[in-house]
Amino acid sequence: MFNSHGWRNLQLGIKDLMLHKLRSFLTMLGVIFGVASVIAMLAVGEGASRQALEQIRRLGSNNIILTSVKPMADEGGQPQKNSYMSVYGLLEDDYLRICETIQEVKRVVPVRLIRKMATLGARNLELRVVGTTPDWFSLVSRPVLAGRVLNDSDTDQSSMVCVLTERGARRLLATESALGQKIRLGGSVFEVIGIVASAESSGGSLQAPDQSVDVYIPLNASLSRYGRRIAYRSSGSRDLEQVELHQILVEVTGERHVEEVALAVEAMLQRFHKKPDYKISVPLTLLRQAEATKRTFNIVLGSIAGISLLVGGIGIMNIMLASVTERTREIGIRRAIGARRSQIIMQFLIETVVLSGMGGVIGIGVGFIIPLAISWLSGMPTQVPLYGLALSFGISVLIGIVFGLYPAIRAANLHPIEALRHE
Amino acid sequence: MPTPSPDPRPTEPETVIRLVGVEKIYRMGESEVRALDGVSLDIARGRFLAVMGSSGSGKSTLMNLLGCLDRPTAGCYTLEGCDMAGLDDNALSNIRLRRIGFIFQSFNLIPQLTVRENIELPLFYLGQESAASTKRAEKLAELVGLSGRLDHRPAQLSGGQQQRVAIARALVNDPAIILADEPTGNLDSKTGRQIMDLLTQCNADGKTIVMVTHEPRIAAYAHTRLFMSDGRVDRVEEGG
Ligand SMILES: Nc1ncnc2c1ncn2[C@@H]1O[C@H](COP(=O)(O)OP(=O)(O)O)[C@@H](O)[C@H]1O
Ligand SMILES: [Mg+2]
Repeated sequence: MFNSHGWRNLQLGIKDLMLHKLRSFLTMLGVIFGVASVIAMLAVGEGASRQALEQIRRLGSNNIILTSVKPMADEGGQPQKNSYMSVYGLLEDDYLRICETIQEVKRVVPVRLIRKMATLGARNLELRVVGTTPDWFSLVSRPVLAGRVLNDSDTDQSSMVCVLTERGARRLLATESALGQKIRLGGSVFEVIGIVASAESSGGSLQAPDQSVDVYIPLNASLSRYGRRIAYRSSGSRDLEQVELHQILVEVTGERHVEEVALAVEAMLQRFHKKPDYKISVPLTLLRQAEATKRTFNIVLGSIAGISLLVGGIGIMNIMLASVTERTREIGIRRAIGARRSQIIMQFLIETVVLSGMGGVIGIGVGFIIPLAISWLSGMPTQVPLYGLALSFGISVLIGIVFGLYPAIRAANLHPIEALRHE
Repeated sequence: MPTPSPDPRPTEPETVIRLVGVEKIYRMGESEVRALDGVSLDIARGRFLAVMGSSGSGKSTLMNLLGCLDRPTAGCYTLEGCDMAGLDDNALSNIRLRRIGFIFQSFNLIPQLTVRENIELPLFYLGQESAASTKRAEKLAELVGLSGRLDHRPAQLSGGQQQRVAIARALVNDPAIILADEPTGNLDSKTGRQIMDLLTQCNADGKTIVMVTHEPRIAAYAHTRLFMSDGRVDRVEEGG
């Protein structure tokens, strides 16, 4: 049917619709909004889940992240020895035990985090001082911009050396010539041996292990120079804490071992820690959860969009039924001239499909604008998925066929004589 | 020769339309209307027949049956040697499209289409729209004297002009039979005469014409006048 004849049918269909421009447009609105909401919702959903997935991926799907957490005061079996000092968290021994006893572990990175005032020449800046081992730089791989990163002999000798991040270095006005310069971190002086690129961005609830402004020193130097106690000043009072390691990053040999290693690590920690003063997060599990959430999200959004498309379809059917009644006499004339029923069906079906298809195209256009506006207003990332375009156009054409079929059949089944007599 | 013939005779080769004992009964609840009550007639090819009779005598009902727009309740209708009883809706549509041209009292043009598109409409359903068909539509428009109006809409034309478009549309598929139900009913007598001249010309070109009319002066254009009353053929008058 889609030769030149079908083409002519299409032309005539568009012509009939153009006779009632406003009515056709109003009829299309339902589909326009339906399709636009499908696209917009898919775009927002896709953007949000991409952001979440990206953040989780940056943590590494092969990694397990152990973090020290301060237990609640009433939690834990034993009363604290010192009421003004809390002792908790991951221990260097935990790090060693994981290294020695757990299978399928590729590398383990201990992390000690202390905030210190950094002084280089006349510039001051508060930095996060990361006490760690050379493995850090394998796990969180960033390009080395100048000099070198920490090595094993730095660890063994507790060398007073440090590696800056690019952004931190820039803020301290350290250039490449800063290599070899002395930088004061709190009470100790370190030699700058290298500069690495900064993490791209940090934002949202989940973060990559590194921050854009960090300074890295050997773990042993951190423990020996700054002691095990850390003082915090908060709202007038002074808190003392004793934390050996703030994080232990465990990289597993492959994704399929992540869950078993996580279980083994948890079992081991449970054995040696009386209090729940640590947290295990497994990015892979988070990834799976995020993917499952995304699926649910898509189903919910899809149903809402489906309902709005259904409403649009009913609107089209309503108008087409009215149009068939209005054009009863025309249908009678066409039948008297010799149009077959199938040709009448085709005529009306093409009109509804043109109507809904055009609504679909306009809706796709609107659907592109809405997420842009959302991104612009709220800063939320959005992404119109390509399959969404094909899907919503396909659905709008399908709606034209489904909701156009009944009015078209009704038109075709009119008795020619009664249709001719209709006023 | 249109003759009321209750007993079927062997079909003459030139007989186009043959009705035998045709009845059409409309049932409306309890009551029933015998719109046609045993009509038998033969119409030979090339004849011009006028159907006359008072209002409600069944003229339009007869035309609808002849035009394959409706089926008889009883009786037999043979068109060009083919029994209509066994045909389905598609086949009847096809006969209307290829063998029959309709002309109505109220013109029945499609308002949103131009004159050209209205004339071409049967060709569209025939699937024969092409450069040749456009030429044919233009030739017919010229024949009915509307060459300059091809891109006008029906509403922009006078009644007589609209009826001429309808005649061009009826002729475009080169049908064997023209059925005209009071073609001059809505026109003044001068315009009516112009329409009758066109129909006479069609008849001279070999088309069989069956025309309903009230007016004796219009009926005078036909070869034969058939008078109906109460769904029956009253009498037949020859000579025109
Ligand atoms: N669809 C119909 N339903 C019921 N009765 C009808 C119908 N069509 C025609 N009739 C009746 O059939 C009779 C013949 O009608 P018609 O053929 O239109 O007469 P004419 O054209 O000669 O004026 C009339 O009594 C009319 O009321
Ligand atoms: Mg009548």
